[in-house]
Amino acid sequence: MLTRRIQGQKGVQGIIIVNSEGIPVKTTLDNSSTVQYAGLIHQLVMKARSTVRDIDPQNDLTFLRVRSKKNEIMIAPDKDYFLIVIQNPSD
Amino acid sequence: MAPKRPKSRRSSAGSKGKDKDKKTQPPTPQDKPGHPDDIFPLVLTSATQELFGCRTDEDVTRESPYKLLKKDNIIQDIKTRAAVSDFSPVKQIVLDYPEEEILLVFDRSFTYGQCFYLVLTPEAKDRILSPPEPETPEVFESEVSKTPQPKLWISLGSEQEIDEESVTETRQKLCYKFSRVRRKFGVPVCFSDRNTAAAKDSYLECASYQDSRFSIKQMQRDCGMQAVPRLQSSSAQTQWRFQKNICTQYYPRELHEEEIESTTQAESQRNLLNSVTPRVLQALQQEEIINVFLDDCKALGTLAETGDWSGKVSEDLVLHYAFTDQKYTKDKKVSSINWHPTIFGVIAVALTDKKKVQLDESSALIGRPAIIVFYSFSDPSNPQLLLECPDDISAFEFNPSNPNIIVGGCVTGQVVLWDISAHIAHLQGAQPGDKKATTDILDLDDNKENNTPVARYCAVSALQSGRKAPITDVQWLPQTFEVTRRGLPMENMYKVSVQVVTCSPYSTIMFWDVRVPQLLNQSLSDRQQNVDQKTPITPYSVPATFEHLDRTWKPLFRISLPKINNSGEYAPFKFSLQHYACNGNTGKNSEKAHENDSTEDITDYSQLRAPSAQTLTALEDVNTKFYFGTQDGEIVYTDWKLEKDDSGRLHSAKPLLCFRAHQGLVNTIQRSPFFKDIILTTGGWNFAIWKEDFMDGPIVVSPSSEQQCTVGCWSLSRPAVFFIGKEDGSIEVWNLLENTSEPAHIHAHITSAKITCVKPWTVSPKLHFLAVTDDLGMLRVFEIPKSLYIPSRTESSSVMKHFELEKVMLKNYLKRDEMWVKEKKEAEELKKKTEPDKPVKLQHENREENTKEHSHYLTLGENVLKGVGLWPAAADTGNT
Repeated sequence: MLTRRIQGQKGVQGIIIVNSEGIPVKTTLDNSSTVQYAGLIHQLVMKARSTVRDIDPQNDLTFLRVRSKKNEIMIAPDKDYFLIVIQNPSD
Repeated sequence: MAPKRPKSRRSSAGSKGKDKDKKTQPPTPQDKPGHPDDIFPLVLTSATQELFGCRTDEDVTRESPYKLLKKDNIIQDIKTRAAVSDFSPVKQIVLDYPEEEILLVFDRSFTYGQCFYLVLTPEAKDRILSPPEPETPEVFESEVSKTPQPKLWISLGSEQEIDEESVTETRQKLCYKFSRVRRKFGVPVCFSDRNTAAAKDSYLECASYQDSRFSIKQMQRDCGMQAVPRLQSSSAQTQWRFQKNICTQYYPRELHEEEIESTTQAESQRNLLNSVTPRVLQALQQEEIINVFLDDCKALGTLAETGDWSGKVSEDLVLHYAFTDQKYTKDKKVSSINWHPTIFGVIAVALTDKKKVQLDESSALIGRPAIIVFYSFSDPSNPQLLLECPDDISAFEFNPSNPNIIVGGCVTGQVVLWDISAHIAHLQGAQPGDKKATTDILDLDDNKENNTPVARYCAVSALQSGRKAPITDVQWLPQTFEVTRRGLPMENMYKVSVQVVTCSPYSTIMFWDVRVPQLLNQSLSDRQQNVDQKTPITPYSVPATFEHLDRTWKPLFRISLPKINNSGEYAPFKFSLQHYACNGNTGKNSEKAHENDSTEDITDYSQLRAPSAQTLTALEDVNTKFYFGTQDGEIVYTDWKLEKDDSGRLHSAKPLLCFRAHQGLVNTIQRSPFFKDIILTTGGWNFAIWKEDFMDGPIVVSPSSEQQCTVGCWSLSRPAVFFIGKEDGSIEVWNLLENTSEPAHIHAHITSAKITCVKPWTVSPKLHFLAVTDDLGMLRVFEIPKSLYIPSRTESSSVMKHFELEKVMLKNYLKRDEMWVKEKKEAEELKKKTEPDKPVKLQHENREENTKEHSHYLTLGENVLKGVGLWPAAADTGNT
């Protein structure tokens, strides 16, 4: 599966696939973290997407990266789902 | 002759003159004889005319009819021609004429009946000759220029009207005085209503009525208007009448199994992954390769960049203050200094006599009394406070929880306590900013000496019999824990430092407690009663904080320091404990502690009672091992907990580590303020850095320098910097990250004598001081330059890495050393085996000689290396 390819990358802590309503569909993390990530990030993605589209209706969100002190959260939205990847960078 | 014209009045004579150009003359009333009074018509014969030069139409014409004749000429003419003269009728007038010249006017039109007339008065002459300006403006001007004069009031009847209209009193005013009857005063009043219509004639009204005689129609009426906005916004705040907290609990939605199955199979998901994966992979790789948010240029920045680029960056210690006092510091050297923990700018300096320390008591009475001097920045030449000591103090420290308590160790082996709470106000008043206080002191010049307050010690420990050993180091135990008689660390209920640790070269390390010991509680109360009966003699006002300890103070327990290899004991000179920060309150004792502390900040030490060991909770994680340095230059690491040996007696454990790192006595052991387990020791001609729990030796040893290292201290703000004081009076600044074989900076010749103490202090993030004292009793305070107190960005971690590296290298070296020794042994044995044919004796001899030589060579090499300080040589090759 392609998720395995992603998961095989260095530093990847987990992958979550969330549907358009914010319900996690597939995950490699434990249930509680998955639910937390899915709920919070879903709201963030909706907000980001609406922001981008408000500024330019022809535009759309393609990728969202949230970098924090400890790790980096990458969100790739699509039509019906979005993919969340949590990575621990090398340094 | 022309017909007589009507003569004008006198006043129009001027106008006649004015109107000379006009041909028509205004009609004049005929009330005078033919001509005005001041002219006289004359007839002049032609001869007279020629004589006086007024021939008609030649000298005088219509246009210029005036001729001024001299009076003298006329008189002469009259005289010469007597009655014949034309002027004879005017003879008298001419004679009376006041002026010299008389005006003769040629009257062409025979106005006055003759062809000439003589003007008789000078005024008329002036009037005719210089006729006045046009009359009306002149008259007008004269009216304006005149200030209006008030005219008398003429009554025209208006005052009657005023009198009729004015209101005056027709009769005198009537005065009525109403008052209640006296007895009714203060009586409660009862009001009631009354209808006016009830009683007749109780009111009078004047009702309005429509008068039929006339009606006025109001044609004009003033009315006001207000504009009201059509749209108005307003807000209102509602009351939260029914307060209700609402909360919702939710659980996340989850898909059922089948749904998950179906969705995973769905096309869209596959599409998602297909489309999204490359992006994600790229991002992941990017992330791994490089940190895009790291600004490399900024990260390169060292402290030079953070500072200012003002060209010259001073590396020098800038001398700020130099303290000395002739009276107290003469012939004395400084044994110990401490900054006051809370009051800015106050340093306490302990002075000891320079001559060799004598251990018998009698010498203390000879010479000047021993003192600790408090200096303040505000007054560099006068000490602010003196602490009286029973004898020279070689070490002292402020209590970390209460800076008013100071403990000191004497050269006689006694421990002394001071309480300076009474003088705190004076010390605080002597702040550098408070100039007023100092000027007051300076004004009383004669009393200057007397004004330095002297504080006597509160308590001194019991004198020990036998050999007295000077106390060389004294430290308060931190307020986080306390120890029992067995050395077990317990939780400190009071959260104040109450125990002191001292060490001395002859009588080992002792723990003292400043509280009232438990066993003596009973006897103490008795003793107090006894004391009250006989009046206590306290010549000075000594605070009674530590009265319970005075002269009877004995250490809580003692540690003996048996040597690691042989019997005998070490002579500790300085020691260093590991500070313990307790994590939170444990157990029931915490509440009591809070009760105690909530009332006052400064606890009353005389009320503190040493609790019994059972009531306290033991703290397991306190590190009871500590380092101390001996007089012979060894660093020993041992445990202070007393153990029971086979016979059941308590004794001290054998040390865990002993290492001879210095050639002289160890005069400093200090833990790094940044790392709990890094210790700096100086002694002899070099210094060493140790890491706790690393038993193989110091991880960094400096090369021996030419001068003895007399004192060392870590910088308070930079983990890699420390200061070493030298015997020749210079201070070296070492930076471990720059160079470990030589100092980063040398401040040479700070003083001419040996440096005895160096103590840094941080006043503010930009102001760092370094106090340096020397053998001459002088205290100098330097300001540490920016380059020496601003740490570089990653200094802390770099230093730690450096130490780790050093440790590893040392380990490797030692391993190599072992292996080398082993190899040599093997080689020797091999050599033994491979030479069996040689005569055994010779072999033996040779071997013996060889081994002797070899061992001799080895020891020689060792000694040489040790002397030079390259043993172990890890320090030289460090700094990568």
